[in-house]
Amino acid sequence: MSGSIEDIEIELLLDAIYRKFHYDFRNYARASIKRRLLHAKAKFGFDSISALQSAVLHDETMLPQLLNYLTVQVSEMFRDPSYFRALREKVVPHLRTYPSLKVWVAGCSNGEELYSLAILFAEEGLTERTMFYATDINPAALRAAQAGVYPLDRLRLFTENHQLSGGRSSLSEYYTANYDRAVFDKSLRERTVFSDHSLVTDAAFGEMHLISCRNVLIYFDRDLQDRAVGLFGESLTRGGFLGIGSRESLRFSAHADLFSDFVMEEKIYRRKAR
Amino acid sequence: MNPRAIVIGASAGGVQALSQVLPHLPADLAVPVLVVVHIPPRKDNALVDLFARKCQLPVKEAEDKETLAPGTIYFAPPDYHLLVETEATLALSSDETVNHSRPAIDVLFETAADAFGEGLIGIVMTGANQDGARGLMAVCEAGGAAIVQDPASAEVATMPAAALAACPSARIAALGDMAAQLETMLG
Repeated sequence: MSGSIEDIEIELLLDAIYRKFHYDFRNYARASIKRRLLHAKAKFGFDSISALQSAVLHDETMLPQLLNYLTVQVSEMFRDPSYFRALREKVVPHLRTYPSLKVWVAGCSNGEELYSLAILFAEEGLTERTMFYATDINPAALRAAQAGVYPLDRLRLFTENHQLSGGRSSLSEYYTANYDRAVFDKSLRERTVFSDHSLVTDAAFGEMHLISCRNVLIYFDRDLQDRAVGLFGESLTRGGFLGIGSRESLRFSAHADLFSDFVMEEKIYRRKAR
Repeated sequence: MNPRAIVIGASAGGVQALSQVLPHLPADLAVPVLVVVHIPPRKDNALVDLFARKCQLPVKEAEDKETLAPGTIYFAPPDYHLLVETEATLALSSDETVNHSRPAIDVLFETAADAFGEGLIGIVMTGANQDGARGLMAVCEAGGAAIVQDPASAEVATMPAAALAACPSARIAALGDMAAQLETMLG
């Protein structure tokens, strides 16, 4: 519809990125992608999106840099503490009944959500029986998640969130301060598989008991949301749990009826037994 | 102009300021009203309840992928940016803070300017930072209309003054006159 030259250039760029690299941002919510691309264009000092496109196609060092603009790396540990409290109080009692557990953090970005869940599972004595799967499309984010190192000045917020989430231990037990960085204990990720996975183009993961995918769906248009929710439905074991962001919804998905509400105010759903 | 939407940004003192404008918008307002107020990132949105009681128009929290309805007041949820897509649907994002704020006025105004062009009215009210200045400039550049609360009468003048500096052609209005002015502009 919108016919500005910039909008045309953005479409061409996203098409080029898909055709050359198989990263598919074509059905991401466009207003946010446009802001991010214009930001990248300014930061890299290009005059136009077309110039950025040329660089992406001809200079192989460009795409990894651009991916850091196209994907969102903003999160915090125990973000929305009441979500983790609900997991702890309402979901964990069900999870305890399984001899082994699989948990998928879809769109794990720099790993804050993964470490939050790993700590919660440790506190609840579930670590030994759990495998975590942390996936993202951005290799740089996956590397950061694998490293588990965060600026020390963020730990005050993380600690406060952890306490509000009903944490049974002190967050400081799980990291060591190293100058201005907090290095999280590698025991937290010993049972984690980090993997490149796209909710847009890749297939389902098997037999998960919990999927946490918060503030990822909002970046997708309705069709992509539909696809992702279908993927979650396929990937969850019957009675498995799905947590999404506090302002996200399953209602645009044709697959919504695979799920029943579990803790509605925290956007935690349960895969129906059918 | 043929207005299709109104966007409003307010920060410190904003609830008081909005209370002098939103309740006076008539029940038959033909366009949607999108509002960003800088609020702490708590989960519940007290603003919606507060203004739902005061306003003649329906008031709700903006939802992701929602289609805009005329005569409805939408508030950005705490801790999310509110954006407008070109097909006049809403989008939320948890992108980085802009001007240390999420939601940020600039994000709403810039995306709305993109979506509505000359069919947009942008209003910047009281506040203690610069958020909204770039956004209002985008509204002006796209051919939309800009209104700024008179800094002299604003609880905190910084934000409206910054908006005026960025967008000198903006009309300056007292809060008490804004609702009437909007009605005139909407014809």
